[in-house]
Amino acid sequence: MFKILEKTELANNIWQMRIEAPRVAHSAQPGQFVIVRVDEQGERVPLTISDYDSQAGWVSIVIQTIGVSTKKLCALNAGDSIADFAGPLGRPSEFVSEAPESLRTKKILFVAGGVGTAPVYPQVKWLHEHGIQADVIIGAKTKEMLIMIDQMRALAGNLYIATDDGSEGFKGMVTGMIEELVEKQGKKYDLVIAIGPMIMMKFVAATTKKYGIKTIVSLNTLMVDGTGMCGACRVSVGGRTVFTCVDGPEFDGHQVDFDEAMRRQGMYRTLEQRAAKIAQERAEGHVCKIGLDK
Amino acid sequence: MANKIPRVPVREQDPKVRATNFEEVCYGYNVDEARLEASRCLNCKKPRCVESCPVSIQIPQFIARVAEGDFESAARIIAEDSSLPSVCGRVCPQETQCEGSCILGIKGEAVAIGKLERFVGDWSIEHGKTFATVAPTNGYKVAVVGSGPSGLACAADLAKLGYEVTIFEALHKVGGVLEYGIPEFRLPKQKVVAKEVENVKRLGVKIETDTIVGRTATVDQLMDEEGFSAVFIGSGAGLPRFMGIPGENLNGVVSANEFLTRTNLMKAYDDQYDTPIYVGQRVVVVGGGNVAMDAVRTAKRLGAEAFIVYRRSEAELPARVEEVHHAKEEGIDFRMLTNPVEVLGDDKGWVRGIRCIRMELGEPDESGRRSPVEIPGSEFEIECDVVIMALGTSPNPLIASTTAGLETNRRGCIVADENGQTSREGIFAGGDTVTGAATVILAMGAGRKAAKAIDNYIRNKKQ
Ligand SMILES: Cc1cc2nc3c(=O)[nH]c(=O)nc-3n(C[C@H](O)[C@H](O)[C@H](O)COP(=O)(O)OP(=O)(O)OC[C@H]3O[C@@H](n4cnc5c(N)ncnc54)[C@H](O)[C@@H]3O)c2cc1C
Ligand code: SF4
Ligand code: FES
Repeated sequence: MFKILEKTELANNIWQMRIEAPRVAHSAQPGQFVIVRVDEQGERVPLTISDYDSQAGWVSIVIQTIGVSTKKLCALNAGDSIADFAGPLGRPSEFVSEAPESLRTKKILFVAGGVGTAPVYPQVKWLHEHGIQADVIIGAKTKEMLIMIDQMRALAGNLYIATDDGSEGFKGMVTGMIEELVEKQGKKYDLVIAIGPMIMMKFVAATTKKYGIKTIVSLNTLMVDGTGMCGACRVSVGGRTVFTCVDGPEFDGHQVDFDEAMRRQGMYRTLEQRAAKIAQERAEGHVCKIGLDK
Repeated sequence: MANKIPRVPVREQDPKVRATNFEEVCYGYNVDEARLEASRCLNCKKPRCVESCPVSIQIPQFIARVAEGDFESAARIIAEDSSLPSVCGRVCPQETQCEGSCILGIKGEAVAIGKLERFVGDWSIEHGKTFATVAPTNGYKVAVVGSGPSGLACAADLAKLGYEVTIFEALHKVGGVLEYGIPEFRLPKQKVVAKEVENVKRLGVKIETDTIVGRTATVDQLMDEEGFSAVFIGSGAGLPRFMGIPGENLNGVVSANEFLTRTNLMKAYDDQYDTPIYVGQRVVVVGGGNVAMDAVRTAKRLGAEAFIVYRRSEAELPARVEEVHHAKEEGIDFRMLTNPVEVLGDDKGWVRGIRCIRMELGEPDESGRRSPVEIPGSEFEIECDVVIMALGTSPNPLIASTTAGLETNRRGCIVADENGQTSREGIFAGGDTVTGAATVILAMGAGRKAAKAIDNYIRNKKQ
C-alpha cells in the first residue's frame, strides 16, 4: 500500500497527489512514469511523474478525472492509501545522459498542453538544476485550465502562455505560439520537447518539421503492465513497431505515426461507445444494419 | 495382473458447460481412483519414467505409497525433487516426459503419473502438509528477481538453508506466468497458486511486489547498497513477439499475453473489475502452443466463436496433448497448415478479417522436422474481429541492459551454466530468462539448482 501524503486541486477536475514511495523517488528521473492501481478491482493506469524528492521519499502525480479509474483515484484523500504504485518506468529523457557541456549550448523549448504540463515540470527543473534555462510554452483551452504556472515561471527561461480563447497570454493554439516565436520573434531552438494530448503533439511535430527542429514527444498510449509484457502500448516509430512502456515513452516526434497511435488509443473508448450505442438501439427496438462506426 | 486394469479415467467438467465458465476443467482423482490407478504401476527396476522426468522425481516410489494409501509419505518423496507438484501435475507435458516413456505405454496406456502427482500435491495442500524444515538464520541476504516457478523454488530452498530471502516482483501479484498467463480453468489461482505462494512465505521469504529490477532498483544497487550477497534472476521470457505482417497494429490485434493478462491478472471478465477487454464475435488465434490454446479457450469462454490458425499440421502442435483434446471438445475450430499473411481492417482501422495462405509440409530438415512451405496462389480470408498473436516470447532486455557485464546470447537470453552461474560473480539466473520460453518444471528445477550453487558460493566466500 502506498500512502497519499497530500492532495491539491490544480484546476477544475485536475488534482495533484503526493505519494509516499521511497524506492520510486530514489530512482525517478525526468521523462519516466509510474503505474498506479487504486484498489484490488482497479486497472493498472500509467501516469507520468510530475515531481519527486529522493531524500524525502515522495513522488507526485497529476490526474485529470476522465474515466472510471481516475475518478476513483481522485475520490481518495490525503491519509488514504492506494494498492499499487510501481515505477519509475520507461527510459529517462534523452538529455539526462547527454554531456552537460554540449547540453548547455542548446536552446530548448518545451511545449506543454493541459495536464501535459505536469511531466514537463521535472524536466525543466532538472535542466534548471544543471544550469540550463529552457523556454516553456504552456497551452490550455482557457485560463482556468492552466496549471503549475508559478512553479514553472520560477525555473524556466521564458514562459509563454497560450489559451485557445485568449483569456490569458497568446490567443490561439500552442502551434501558433511556436510560429510566433520562431517567425516573428526570430527565436532559434535546437530542441523542442512537446507533451500533451496526442493531437497537440502531432501538430507541434508538424510545425517544427517545417523549421527542421528536432522534436521529442512523450506518448500516453494505452498500457496494461507497463513492463514490456503485453504490447498494448505498441506504436509505429519510423516504420518500426516499438513498445511505449519500455522503448519510450519519449520518441522522435517526426517519426511517430500519430494517426495510428490516436486510433489505437481510442480502442476501448470507441468500444464503450459502441456498446452504449448497441444497448441504446436495442432498448429503442431498432436493429442497426449499418456498421456502427461508419 | 496389475497391468490388466485399464487407465483410470479422470472426471472432467462437461465440455458444453465448461466452455461457458472459468472453473477447472479436470476434477482430478479421488482417493479410490488414485489408489486404483497407482496399483497399475509395475514398479520397474530401471524406471524409464524417472529418466524422462526433468527433475528425476522418484516416480515408482511415490506411486507405491499412493497405492498403499500412505499419501503423506508419497508427498515427502515428491518433495525431495519438486516443490510444485500441484502445479506440475496439472501443466507438465507428461506425454513427452514421464508418461511418454512408461513401459505400459508401449502396448497399452501409460500410468497416469501426472494425475497421481497432482493428487498427492492437492492432498498436501488440503491437509496443510509442507515438510519443510528451516535452518536457523545465517544472516546472509539473497535477492530473487521474479516470482514465477524458478524464483519461488529458488527462494524456498534458500530460505530452508537459513538465508534471508527477498523476492522482487514487477507486477502487483505473485506467481509469474502461473498467475498472469495460465488460465483459471487449467490452474486454479486461489486453490493452488496462492497456496504454493503462502508456503514460500511461511518459510520466511519476504516478497516486494511493484518492484521492477533494473528500474526501481538495479541488480548492482541490491548488492552494493542493500547488502544482498547474491542475486538470482528468474525474470522469465515475457516479451511477446509479433509476425511483422501488414495490419498488425489494427484495433483488435492483441498479443496472447495481453489477452490473457487482461483476463487472468486483471480479471476483465468480471464486471466488478475495471480493466476492459475486447473479445468480439469471431476470434482468430495464431499459434499452436500452450499459450495459443489458453488464449483460444479463454476467447470461447468469453462468448466468441474461436479459431486456431497454425502453419504446421496437428502432429506438430507444441501444446500439451490434453489441452488440444480439451480445446476440440469445447468446439474450437482448428485450421491447420494455414499461415496468416495480412490482417485486414475496415475503414475505421478495426480488424475485419485475416488473409491466410495454405501450407504443405516439405522435406524434413536436419532436425528431422518437416517445415511448412506455402502453396502458391492458395490465399483465402477468414472473417474475424479479433486476432490474437501467440507466437512465442523472449526475455525482457531490461535487466541485462541495466547490469554491466551480464552476458546475453543472440536470442536475448541471459547466459548461465547448468548451475545458474552467469558471467557476473554473485549473480545467478534460471528459468525462461536463460532458456527462452520453456516449461514450469524446467524453471522450477533451474531455480533449485541455482539455490544450491548460491549456497556454495556464499559458503566459499565466507572462508
Ligand atoms: C499462457 C501460458 C501457458 C503456459 N502453459 C504451460 C504449460 O501448460 N506447461 C508448462 O510446463 N509450461 C507452460 N508455460 C510456460 C511456463 O509458464 C514458463 O516456462 C514458466 O512459468 C517460466 O518460469 P520462470 O520462473 O522462468 O518465469 P515466469 O513465470 O515468467 O516469471 C517471471 C516473473 O518475473 C517477473 N519479472 C520480470 N522482469 C522483472 C524485473 N525486471 N523485476 C522484477 N520482476 C520481474 C515477471 O513479472 C514474472 O512474474 C506457459 C506459459 C504461458 C505464457
Ligand atoms: S515406467 Fe511406468 S510402470 Fe515403470 S515405474 Fe515408471 S510409471 Fe511405473
Ligand atoms: S504496457 Fe504492456 S508492453 Fe507496454
